[in-house]
Amino acid sequence: MKGFTYHEPNSIGDAVNLLNDNGARASLIAGGTDLVIKMKQGKSEPEHVISLQSIPGINEIKYSGEELRIGSMVTHRAIEQSKIIRDKFSLLADAVDNLGSVQVRNLATIGGNICNGAPSADTVGPLMALDAVLLFEGPEGERSIPITEFFHGPGKTAQAANEILKEIVIHDLPPGSCSRYIKYTRRKAMDLPLLGIALVLVSDGAEDVCKEARIGLTLAAPTPIRATKTEEYVAGKPLRSSAMWDEAGNIAVNESSPRTSFRTTSAYRKKIIQALLPRAAFEAIRRLSEQQRKG
Amino acid sequence: MIQVKISFQLNGDAVTAEVPDHTTLLEMLREEFELLGVKEGCGHGECGSCTVLVDQKSVNSCLMLAAYVNGRTVQTIEGLAGAQGRLDPLQEAFVKHGAVQCGFCTPGMIMSAKALLAENPNPSRDEIRWGMAGNLCRCTGYVKIVDAVESVCKGGCSCGEGS
Ligand SMILES: Cc1cc2nc3c(=O)[nH]c(=O)nc-3n(C[C@H](O)[C@H](O)[C@H](O)COP(=O)(O)OP(=O)(O)OC[C@H]3O[C@@H](n4cnc5c(N)ncnc54)[C@H](O)[C@@H]3O)c2cc1C
Ligand code: FES
Ligand code: FES
Repeated sequence: MKGFTYHEPNSIGDAVNLLNDNGARASLIAGGTDLVIKMKQGKSEPEHVISLQSIPGINEIKYSGEELRIGSMVTHRAIEQSKIIRDKFSLLADAVDNLGSVQVRNLATIGGNICNGAPSADTVGPLMALDAVLLFEGPEGERSIPITEFFHGPGKTAQAANEILKEIVIHDLPPGSCSRYIKYTRRKAMDLPLLGIALVLVSDGAEDVCKEARIGLTLAAPTPIRATKTEEYVAGKPLRSSAMWDEAGNIAVNESSPRTSFRTTSAYRKKIIQALLPRAAFEAIRRLSEQQRKG
Repeated sequence: MIQVKISFQLNGDAVTAEVPDHTTLLEMLREEFELLGVKEGCGHGECGSCTVLVDQKSVNSCLMLAAYVNGRTVQTIEGLAGAQGRLDPLQEAFVKHGAVQCGFCTPGMIMSAKALLAENPNPSRDEIRWGMAGNLCRCTGYVKIVDAVESVCKGGCSCGEGS
């Protein structure tokens, strides 16, 4: 690893100033699980490394009943152990349950997962389906960006070089909602997804009709996407019809454009989408049934 | 060269080190403190042989900047044994169950298991496997490692066969 100067500012304002003063020569570090590897490989050679670990107020999970706010420095382990997230936003718990190892989850943060911009980032699909909003701090003050507009290409995002992600804001889900994220991997543990499907479904209760569906797909296109055509098709249809979900799988395949990479081919990724969308839907619906049974 | 000064608790003692800014925790522990039980396998977070506890949590010391532990507590395998070198129940269990072959993964395995048992004193075999998925062993085939961890029950007593 090449030498650098380490900074540990105590406020977000100081961190923004350091970042602004040093421009492209500086890099922020959160848990370091992506950055340290890049520095070891020589893929990133910052002259200044600015740690976010001593900045107050950005490592908490807060739930008001109307919205969930997750600080950018919250670790995957803290998300995994958050009761409110497991109970109300279970697809986000799914995302971290099998992200790296316990050791990685103890270090790695949700902010780093988003800002690193990797197409394989596990929290991103769920955050897309949750319509999360990213709150950044920069020299001109705060800026919020919907996560659905954040990713421009592999490693390319809407984040300016002098901006710091502070919080992720998620609106509460309506009653009758259920969700699921499935990460499709070749191995059970310690593997990156070949494809990720995140879905939030809202049932109307009495009629068992799907009022609304929000579907986030990762590795199904050059950037994470919302499967909007599939969402439109599903809305208003019988929630528990497997024929309906099979057709939804076909539509999702048609609106995706997965790449062939060293991990797998485009054609195989399409097969995964087709098979996995109905599976994810029925697993979400099973959670809804369990909730309803519990009352 | 730019040096960063780091003060922290290491295996129960207050210590201070001055190391170059880009030093990893693993490098500092091995080179400044000669704690050679902290092993470097992959250097990339994949194998877990560098696992130590920082503020009671298991982490990969190869991925962490040394500067991160300023003001924190660090425990390595060397800090596990009690008075007069009495082995920790987990260490005893590894010996008794033959969970050590070449031994390279062992310190990391034991530190991971330590963190796991602190949170979940009676894990199932499946929970042990999931909890230790970040620790690779090229020798044992894992069965004896899981046996060893399983044998150490609540309260730190070793209740496997023969005890
Ligand atoms: C062994 C191993 C297994 C892994 N498995 C998975 C996996 O299964 N799924 C997965 O998604 N990822 C995985 N990862 C990748 C990694 O752990 C995650 O992407 C993690 O969330 C990154 O967070 P971090 O805090 O470590 O980021 P860092 O490495 O600290 O930062 C990553 C990037 O984001 C920037 N950044 C960080 N925080 C902010 C902020 N608040 N504002 C602005 N920019 C910021 C940094 O400047 C840097 O460019 C794995 C990594 C390892 C080493
Ligand atoms: S050496 Fe740190 S995980 Fe392999
Ligand atoms: S005992 Fe040799 S690697 Fe585990």
